Amino acid sequence: MSTSHRLRWGVCALLILAAAACGGDDDDDSAATATESTEAEGPTGSITVFAAASLTDAFGEMADRFEEENPGTTVELNFGASSALREQILAGAPADVFASANTSNMDQLVDAAAVEGEPQVFVKNELEIAVPAGNPGNVDGLDDFGNADLNIGLCAEEVPCGQFGREALANAGVTPAQDTDEPDVRSLLTKVEAGDLDAGLVYHTDVLSSGDAVEGIEVPDEFNVIASYPLAALSASGNAELASAFVEFVLSDEGQSILESYGFMSG
Amino acid sequence: MLSADVRLRLGELDLVAAIEVGDGEVVALLGPNGAGKTTLLRAVAGLQPIDAGRVTVDRDVLDDPEAGIFVATNDRPIGVMFQDYLLFPRMTVVDNVAFGLRARGRSRAAARAEAHAVLDRVGMAALARAKPRELSGGQSQRVALARALAIEPRVLLLDEPLAALDAGAKLHIRAELRRHLAGFHGARLLVTHDPVDALVLADRMVVLEGGRVTQQGTPAEVARRPGSPYVAELVGVNLLSGTAAGERTVRLAGGAELVVADPVPGPEVAVAVRPQAVTVHRDQPDSSARNTWPATVADLAADHDRVRLQLAGPVPLVAEVTPAAVADLDLTPGAEVWVSMKAVDLAVYEH
Amino acid sequence: MTTHRRRSRVRPGARPPLVVLPLAALAVAFLVVPFIALLQRVPWSSLSDRLRDPIVTQALRLSLTSAFSAMGLSLLFGVPLAWVLARTEFPGRSLLRALVILPMVLPPVVGGAALLFAFGRRGLFGGPVFDHTGFQLPFTIWGVIAANTFVALPFLVVTVEAGLRSADRRLEDAAATLGAGRWMVFRRVTLPMVAPSLAAGAVLCWARALGEFGATVTFAGSLAGRTETMPLAVFLALQSDRDAAIALSLVLIAVSLAVLVPLRDRWLAV
Repeated sequence: MSTSHRLRWGVCALLILAAAACGGDDDDDSAATATESTEAEGPTGSITVFAAASLTDAFGEMADRFEEENPGTTVELNFGASSALREQILAGAPADVFASANTSNMDQLVDAAAVEGEPQVFVKNELEIAVPAGNPGNVDGLDDFGNADLNIGLCAEEVPCGQFGREALANAGVTPAQDTDEPDVRSLLTKVEAGDLDAGLVYHTDVLSSGDAVEGIEVPDEFNVIASYPLAALSASGNAELASAFVEFVLSDEGQSILESYGFMSG
Repeated sequence: MLSADVRLRLGELDLVAAIEVGDGEVVALLGPNGAGKTTLLRAVAGLQPIDAGRVTVDRDVLDDPEAGIFVATNDRPIGVMFQDYLLFPRMTVVDNVAFGLRARGRSRAAARAEAHAVLDRVGMAALARAKPRELSGGQSQRVALARALAIEPRVLLLDEPLAALDAGAKLHIRAELRRHLAGFHGARLLVTHDPVDALVLADRMVVLEGGRVTQQGTPAEVARRPGSPYVAELVGVNLLSGTAAGERTVRLAGGAELVVADPVPGPEVAVAVRPQAVTVHRDQPDSSARNTWPATVADLAADHDRVRLQLAGPVPLVAEVTPAAVADLDLTPGAEVWVSMKAVDLAVYEH
Repeated sequence: MTTHRRRSRVRPGARPPLVVLPLAALAVAFLVVPFIALLQRVPWSSLSDRLRDPIVTQALRLSLTSAFSAMGLSLLFGVPLAWVLARTEFPGRSLLRALVILPMVLPPVVGGAALLFAFGRRGLFGGPVFDHTGFQLPFTIWGVIAANTFVALPFLVVTVEAGLRSADRRLEDAAATLGAGRWMVFRRVTLPMVAPSLAAGAVLCWARALGEFGATVTFAGSLAGRTETMPLAVFLALQSDRDAAIALSLVLIAVSLAVLVPLRDRWLAV
């Protein structure tokens, strides 16, 4: 084959590939119209939910229940520190719904026009001191967080639970002498469970989720910080209908009772 | 004195051999590949433990499995010169030679000084600071010898000391090695597959074939009565005696003169030439060819796929030719032929 | 009569086959483009101020300290281990080698968790040590060094073992015949022979330790000035101050290049 001949074939091949790619979108549209015309069956498809680490257990059950009640749907979950998730979304990660552990992360997404509609606070959480079962460090309150002899853990300042934790300690007038600033609340909890930390400042829901491995010590209301968790569907979602259906489910009585069973307070 | 009664099995080799090398003796261990010569040498060196038998140097037992004695290589009073010389590549020549002395606790300065003296004896003092990769084959060989001699061992073991050299270097380095070996007074055991090495360097030959000693004796004794086909082939080497008649000329007993490649080393010399190196022609070769003369075919003997010719004439020789050549040249007993030899195939030594 | 011979500028055989070039170019692009993208976003104007931030110097100091310490420990323990694997025969040797390679294959976080279960305050080994002496590895620089060594040691062992296997044993025989005991043979003959593999292994080990994140944060935690190494600092900074993260990344890249570039081909005989 001569060079020019080869070139011609190459260009044709590229055009065909491009057409196929474009053709793909058309197919999606036609499927959507097909679904709309047969409304009664409910939403289908799959979405990805980015949620704060502290929602791991609650949203796990939430997703299962949603999938049961909406057969043919798939809810993929991605947990992490809300700030890390926010960065990923801003960088273009394929998320459909975002549930954040504080409002500032959500606000940043709103400012970047990444949110569909208005975010809604769906639960609240408060801080609690977690100690390993048996309380080997004899911790009784926030004051112990200033004790350099104990192994104390906080979340890193960059993540919501770290910001709230420091706020609560400031409220109590305690200068923390922590031994680690964990990158997310779940890894902090893991270290408390393992007994390598004498105390960690986590969410009330985290203490509950650890069951017997961890004991909780209440933070007095006058020092405690209430974390409001906002929830929103994202504008870049590939399945807006399913995304908003999920948001509605979380806000519904059923969704709220799931969240309450894990220790969250209603939003 | 070295006494080695070695019995061991290694892979396919089943070695059962006993040899003795007295002080002041050079014994050549000769044999085909795979005969077990190197294995035997390694057993003496302690690099290969024996299954049964005994290795002693003077009254010291080095290896005796039945008595539970095994002296490690580094504690044995031996020096080894290896086939590929095995000079330490990252050390200078003098540090290579000094290595053994350092191992014996000498300070670096003292070791180097002694090493220099040994290098001087082998003529390598000028290259003391060179690295092994800068040396030629012959130079490496001398350094390897110096390294082994520097530790003043009681037994010197040489494993194919000339095998790594090309034909031209081999000639004069062999002669040099003979001189250096003469300067060492302990037992010397030399492993080789080249009969000329044995002839030139050794007082006594031990032939090892398939793990067994098939013959022992002085080269002359072995030559007179070959004990096996291998030995017969081996001693087919022609050995001619003569006197020096010029820088590169030797006059043989019968009056014929040979031109040789290297300077004649002394007044009385021996010349060795392999039967394969003797070429036979029907007509007189080019007048510019040296070392040619007429001869008569006295006898032919088929030997495997070669034919050995006994040639009578001013220089009695054994030549080896192909059957095709016999046919081409119509060689029959009594045939008149011309023989010629290349100077580089003639090995000359002091008698 | 003179003949004019056409002189080609390249030796025959030195020009690579045509199919190799585009593939190699793609590989280069894949590896280099991310660095270019990073360089593009460096906040050049505020860079010098950021570099003076104590966070940066602390994290760098911790990273370098732990990487060099991990390399030192790996040399001290890894070379003998490599020797055992290369030179001795015993039942279960292949199993031992597989265990040694395991940290290379495991996700680092798994390694960190395992370290915690072994050497944490309630760990198999760390528990009794803590109870008797009050000493613990987590939350200290020693924990960082331990985590780094855990993931980096196998690189050194594997490289040195390969070097020992391919070393010419006959030179060691020669040394023995000259009267050298085993330690002298090792020191003056074996080690120089494996020096290139040793250097390559040490560099790989150092580089792996420098970049280590998962095992370190899981085992030693993260505290600025005490255990927060560069990779941890970058990870956290990415969530709050993107420019700071980029500045830190630049420092890490510069330091790594400063060490790797001078080590030319003849040392990195991997």
